[in-house]
Formats: sequence, C-alpha cells, structure tokens
Amino acid sequence: MNGRLPILIFALIMAAIPFIPGMPPFWIVLLDNIGLAALVAMGLVLLTGVGGLTSFGQAAFVGFGAYTTAVLSTAYGVSPWLTLPLSLLVSGLFAVLLGLITVRLSGHYLPLGTLAWGLGLFYLFSKLEFLGRNDGISAIPPLSIGSYKMLDPGSIYYAVWIAVILSALVTVNLLDSRTGRAIRALRRGHIAAEAFGVHTPRAKLLVFIHAAVLAGLSGWLYAHLQRAVNPTPFGAQAGIEYLFIAVVGGAGYVWGGVLGAAIVVILKEVLQSYLPLIVQGSGQVETIVFGIMLVLLLQLAPGGLWPWLMSFLPQKAVGKKPDTSLTLPARERTPGQSNILLQVDKARKQFGGVIAVNNVSFDVQAREIVALIGPNGAGKSTTFNLITGVLSATAGSISVLGKKVDNAPPQEIVKLGISRTFQHVKLVPDMTVLENVAIGAHLRGHSGPISSMLRLDRADEAKLLAEAARQIERVGLGDQMHQLAGSLSLGQQRIVEIARALCVDPMLLLLDEPAAGLRHMEKQQLAKLLRDLRDGGMSVLLVEHDMGFVMNLADRIVVLDFGTKIAEGTPATIKTNPEVIKAYLGVAA
Amino acid sequence: MNTTIMLFLVQDGITNGAIYALLGLALVLVFAVTRVILIPQGEFVTYGALTYASLASGQMPGTAKLALAMGIVAFALDLFAARKALHGRLIARSLAANVVLPAIVLALTLTYAGQKAPVPVSMALSLVIVAMIGVYLYRIVFQPLAHTSVLVLLIASVGVHLALQGLGLLFFGAEGQRGPAVLTTAFTAGSLRFTGQSITVYGITIAFIVGLWLFFGWTRYGKALRATAVNRLGARLAGIRTSLSGQIAFLLASVIGALSGILVVPITTLYYDSGFLIGLKGFVAAIIGGLVSYPLTAVAALVVGIVEAFSSFYASNYKEVIVFMLLIPVLLLRSLAAPAVEEEKD
Repeated sequence: MNGRLPILIFALIMAAIPFIPGMPPFWIVLLDNIGLAALVAMGLVLLTGVGGLTSFGQAAFVGFGAYTTAVLSTAYGVSPWLTLPLSLLVSGLFAVLLGLITVRLSGHYLPLGTLAWGLGLFYLFSKLEFLGRNDGISAIPPLSIGSYKMLDPGSIYYAVWIAVILSALVTVNLLDSRTGRAIRALRRGHIAAEAFGVHTPRAKLLVFIHAAVLAGLSGWLYAHLQRAVNPTPFGAQAGIEYLFIAVVGGAGYVWGGVLGAAIVVILKEVLQSYLPLIVQGSGQVETIVFGIMLVLLLQLAPGGLWPWLMSFLPQKAVGKKPDTSLTLPARERTPGQSNILLQVDKARKQFGGVIAVNNVSFDVQAREIVALIGPNGAGKSTTFNLITGVLSATAGSISVLGKKVDNAPPQEIVKLGISRTFQHVKLVPDMTVLENVAIGAHLRGHSGPISSMLRLDRADEAKLLAEAARQIERVGLGDQMHQLAGSLSLGQQRIVEIARALCVDPMLLLLDEPAAGLRHMEKQQLAKLLRDLRDGGMSVLLVEHDMGFVMNLADRIVVLDFGTKIAEGTPATIKTNPEVIKAYLGVAA
Repeated sequence: MNTTIMLFLVQDGITNGAIYALLGLALVLVFAVTRVILIPQGEFVTYGALTYASLASGQMPGTAKLALAMGIVAFALDLFAARKALHGRLIARSLAANVVLPAIVLALTLTYAGQKAPVPVSMALSLVIVAMIGVYLYRIVFQPLAHTSVLVLLIASVGVHLALQGLGLLFFGAEGQRGPAVLTTAFTAGSLRFTGQSITVYGITIAFIVGLWLFFGWTRYGKALRATAVNRLGARLAGIRTSLSGQIAFLLASVIGALSGILVVPITTLYYDSGFLIGLKGFVAAIIGGLVSYPLTAVAALVVGIVEAFSSFYASNYKEVIVFMLLIPVLLLRSLAAPAVEEEKD
C-alpha cells in the first residue's frame, strides 16, 4: 500500500538532523517531545481514526509505562532495558482489563467512559504511596548501552525516533492486512464485518491494546528522558491533548499522528516563547490563543492536515493487479447427506406487537435459484436476517444441511457456507473495491495481527487478494478494482457486495435486492452470472422487486405478504395465482 | 458513625448532587441537539459564579466585555454568511441581538461596577452575560462545524474550554472568590440545619427538571429541538431551523451553567479553573443517566453527590478516584445489557 522509499528518506533525514552544524540543542528537545507525542497519537489514529473508538484515556497508559519502569528501576534496580517489555506488558494488561469493560460500549458512552477512568487513574497515580504521590519518583537511571549513558536529549533522540519509525511501520503493516481490513471495517458498523466471520469485539480489543502498548512505549521513553515522573503529564488534560494531536494531523492516517504531534508541540512552544513579547500580562495568553487556533484549524480543515497536504501531491499510481494464478484452498465443506441446503420451518419474528415474519416455512435445494418476493414490508429482509443470524427468531427453526442452527451468530452461519449481500449497501467507502471484496475471504485466511505487523503474512495475503481479484473479474468490475468503493454508482456497489459474498466460496448465496439500481444490460449480465453460478453447483436465494427479472431467472418463487407465506411454486404458477395478484394489485382477479 | 453525621453527609451530598444534576441535564440537552460534548460547561459555571461574585463585591467583571467582543464577531459572521442577500431587516436583527444587546449590558455593568450591586441585580446581569456568551459561542464555533463528526466537535469543544479557561484567569485572577448567599434565612429541623441557600438549590433544580420536561413535551420549540436531535436533515426538511435549535440548546446550557455557579459560589470558594472538575461530575451523572434520560440523570447526580460526600468523609484522599471509578460498574452493566443494534456512523 505505502511505498517504502518515503519512509526511508524520512528516517535518513531524522537521522541526519542532529549532525546539522549549529543545531540548537533546544530543537532536539522539541523533536524528542514530538516523537513521544507521536507514538501516542499513532495509537489513537488506529483506535479513533480507523477503528472509530474515541479514547480520552491514553495518557493513563503513558502513565502505566512510565511508572512501571520508574518503580522497577529505582526501587528494585532493574535495568531499563529489562523494564521495557514489562512496561509494555503492564500497559497491555491494563488495556485488556479496561478494554473488556469499555470497548463494547457504543457511541458516546465509549469516549466518556475513557474520560472517566482516565481521570480516576490520574488521581490514583497521585495518591498511591509507592508511586510517590504528587511528587512522583525521581532519580530514574538513564538508558545506557555498555558504558554509554543517554543522559542528554541529543543521545536519547535516536532511541525515541527509532521507536517512532518502527512503530509507524508496524502500524502501517497491520492496517494493510487481513486483520487491518477487519479493523477498518469496524467504523462502518459491525453487521457487514460479522457476516463474513469477523469477530468484532475481538478486533476492537486488539486495536485498544495496540494503542495502549504504543502509549506505554512512549511512557517508558518519557521516564528515561525526564529521569523523573509525576502524575501531571498523565491527567485528563494530557489525554485530551493526545486526541487533538491525532485529529489535527488527520485522524485516519498513521503519519497524520506524527504531523499532528509536530504541529501541536511546536505551536505550543512558539506561543509560549513569543507571545509574552507581543502581549503584556499574565501567562495564560498562550492557552487562549492556542484554543482559538485549534478551533480555527478545525473550521478550515475538519479532516486534519495530513490528507489536506496529501491532496497537493500528484495522484498515486494505480495499485497493481494481484497475481491471480495463486489460489486459496476451497472452504472446508461440512459433509451433509441432505440435498436440502436450507430448511426454514415455521420461522417467526415479533418486534413487540408487530409480527414481521409469521410462521414462514420454505426450503432451498442444491443447484436452485429461489426468489422471495412480496410487497414492501412483507418480511423478506427480516427473513434474511433470521437465516444469517443477525436477528434471532422468536419461534420456529432454521436448519442448514439438515442440522439446526437456531440463533447461531452470523460468524457461525457464514462458516456453513451461507453468504449474503445487504439491501442497504454496507461497504467501507474509503477502502478500494479490492480491499472490500477481500473482507469476504476473511475466514479463508489465517494470518494474525502479529504476523501482519512483521510482514510475515504476505503469502497468505497474496492468495486472499488473488481470490478477491478473481471474484471482482467474475462479476465484471475488473476495471474498478482499485477505485474507492464509495466512488462507484449504487448499482455497481451492489455488484461489489456480490463479489464479496462470492469470496466466502459459499454453497448458498443470499442476495437482497441485487438488481435495484442496475440498468437493463447490467440486469441481464447479473442474471447470466447467477445462472452460471447455479450451473456451477451453487444455490441462490434472492429478494427482488423486479418481476421481469425474477420470473425469467428463478426456478421457484416464495411469496410473502404481511409476514405470511401466501404462495409457493414455479414462476408460471405464481403469475396466475389469484392470492398473489390480490396482494400486489389489491383486487381479486 | 452516628446518625447526625450520616444525615449531614446525605444533606451535603444532595446539595452538591442537585448542582451536578443541573449540569448533567445541560450536557444531555446540548449533546442531544447538537452532538457537541460540551466540555466548556464548566466555564459557564465559573463565569456565572465569578461574574456574580465580582459584581457583588463592586468589581468590573471582564466577561461583559467578552460578551460584546464575541457578539461583534458573531455579527460579522452573520453579515458574511448573508453577503449575497443582504437586506435591512436581517442586518438590523443581527445587529440588535449581537451588538446592541451586549453593549447595553456592558453599560449597565459599568454603572454598577464600583458600587456593590444588590443580589438580584448581580444575579440577573451575570445570567444575561453568560447566556450571551453561550449563544455567541455556538454561532462562532459550532454552527460552522455542525456538519462534521462528533469527534471534531469534541476537539473544538476542548479548544473552547482552553480558551475560556485562559480568559477566566485573565478576568478574575488566580485568587478564589465567594459570593453572597441568595437567601440568607435558615431553619433547623431536628439536628439538621437547612440554610436558605441549600433550599434555593433544591427548589431551582426541581423547577428546572419540571421546566425542561414541560418544554420538551409540550412546546413547539421543545419538539423542534427533539426533532433536530433525532435527525438533523429530516428536521430541516420539515422546516425547522437547526441553527436556531443549536442556539436554544446553548442558551439553556449556559443559563443552567451560570445559575449552578451562582448557587455554588456562596457555599464553596471557586477559582477560575474549578469549573472543569464540577462539569466532569455532571458528566458522570449524565453518563450514568445514559445521555438521554433527564430523570435518570437527576437521580444519578444525587447518587454522585452522596457518594462524593461520604468518600470525602471516609477516604478524602481517594474522593475523586471513587467518584470517577463509580462509572466502571455502571458502564459494565450497560455494556452487558446493550442490545446488538447497528450503528450507522459517518
């Protein structure tokens, strides 16, 4: 996704800076501070910008990292290098603990919840005896390699920026992987991701831990840079400040975190040192100006500065097409004796007093296209949601290959080989078509987050992308593969959803109004595709309003009206069924 | 522990809790209508309190000048926004609301500065000044950002908090202030002494809860505000001016904030930066109340106040830790009970 060259150049520039003759030592201090803030902001980019989980509590994790090494290296004389993994571990463990409580919260509970425990932990730091209460801990030993002690800001500079660049690389790698796609899908709601086997609470917890560990790393460095810690930099104000560093830089971009840190740290410094020269009076003027500038900045560039800067660069070259000669092993088939793929038996769904689906029974056999039709509000989409486990049925049962799957979660249903599309398109608009479709193959890959961060997932990843590319070409969108999904027409987005569903390697495909928004020619192509799929051994269950399309395509039709099945049969019999005509036209034939 | 101490702590808790309830209500209101998590709510509290205390002790509060300055900016923004269709009535209306009104208030404040203003006058002036600041704040900062995400609004809210807190130091100095009690009568019931001030706190809190309930349930503007809260675009299509809804929400929030400040400042010394923590405790109550329910928020606020009173008696060192950690079990319960609903976010 990202070229390695710009990062290498950036690393070389950062490495060369201390050697510039006449470089004021104070600038190096500033760069150290920028690096420390950038580490925390990078975690927030992943957590907030990409994952959609806003946290005010990151400063507390910096505190965990800093206090862990402070206590261990002063009271117990443990070497700072040994406390590094422990600092990260402590931050990570607290992230698991707090994450289990908070990441399941929806909407605005989450940021407010993090604000609350962030504050609570700050007061805890300042009250605990063994953390030195408000005075904190001083005389922390410096980092050292052999006899070389990193005592001044210039010598720890390299440790800080090596940490920043490695963390950025690891984070960028993580985002560009199977796990990363699952994370990036979180912000758009969880139903689509779960329909393809993504365990969303686990993905959220993962980004939460990642962000906390980065914050812990920043805290560890901070403790050995300052060689003293006290509670002040880990309070609510700091937590809020990290968040706006991420937002100012551009909350969706890893390098935006670094840019935001640079802007905020430098801006504060400039205001602190030059404002008193211009404005006479008390020392809070810089806070006022800082606050006002922050608001102005947001009004001018609400998306942050990184994307705004990037828009001046020439457009990136089109991504290269995956090597489609690679193949994924087929999905493991559950051995089933039954010829009946799906059996819906007296399924019922009530929402309070409304009966959306009223004891509906039908089945789908192997190599068959079944259409579910009915006027608006007939309960078709609800039936889909019952089958795919998004909703749990009030009564009745649903069996797949003769085995009951009552109330199994969506992640389990997709493992049985049932994949679906949605009536309201659920793609991630700022991901490419290829990446969106690759989410469909989520369960057919196996690389975890660690191997993704270290780039050990490439073989697995290439196969996943190859499968995605193959399905995109199969549905005829090969030319749009590298466009952002949000830039496609609604009809094309529906087709992308079909490609994503095909990536599951399903035995049964559930399509919710696939032809809506398509032109005549496109509908014919879609019909041909679905017939080919059936002839290849797949079954299709579709909801559709276009009668011409359904009558020419379906082998069998089930008609619902007000949640009740009123007819079932071949297109020819349905066309002449008086009940059906009455439901659609309101008069007896 | 004897009953007297317990009753005393409960009473203290309820008085503080009532203030948190008011602030919690304001936060819920602003969030529901504008999606802004109003961190500067605390500054409305301190501005209200310290303006009141300054006036009562014969000093000139800088907030009156700030209101005029913000009004002028708001007027300029109005002119700029309507630059293609400027007509006299619009200019006159904006001028009256944004420049003339704060100028009159400033003039009144100046006449009272130097002589110790009577309590009702100080109260009225400080309420009006903070209310104007609240409304102009929405016009200047949040109305141009109304289309952005909750996160961006939140960060802008932080920026406003920083700026206002800095200005607070500039206006009122680093010393804390206390103001005169609104009601000075007192009576005792059994071993408990009820001051007129605490009775006023209870009375005003209850009045506001009932008032808000009536406003949202029974008036056109109240319903318009609720409609805006549910669906901004839909409300606009139905002819509701969503920017007006935002201004009303900020007006109510700033009045509530200033009023809370005026009620607290005779009981506790307030500093320019006290508002943040007071506001956050209102937050705790609002979260426990789920950011949607007014009565639940009020009950939660009382619980927060009582827990705070008891923990300051038993473990004063850990007072804040306990109050903020109170949220964890609540959040835990909420997350267990949370239904798996789809959220469509942008």
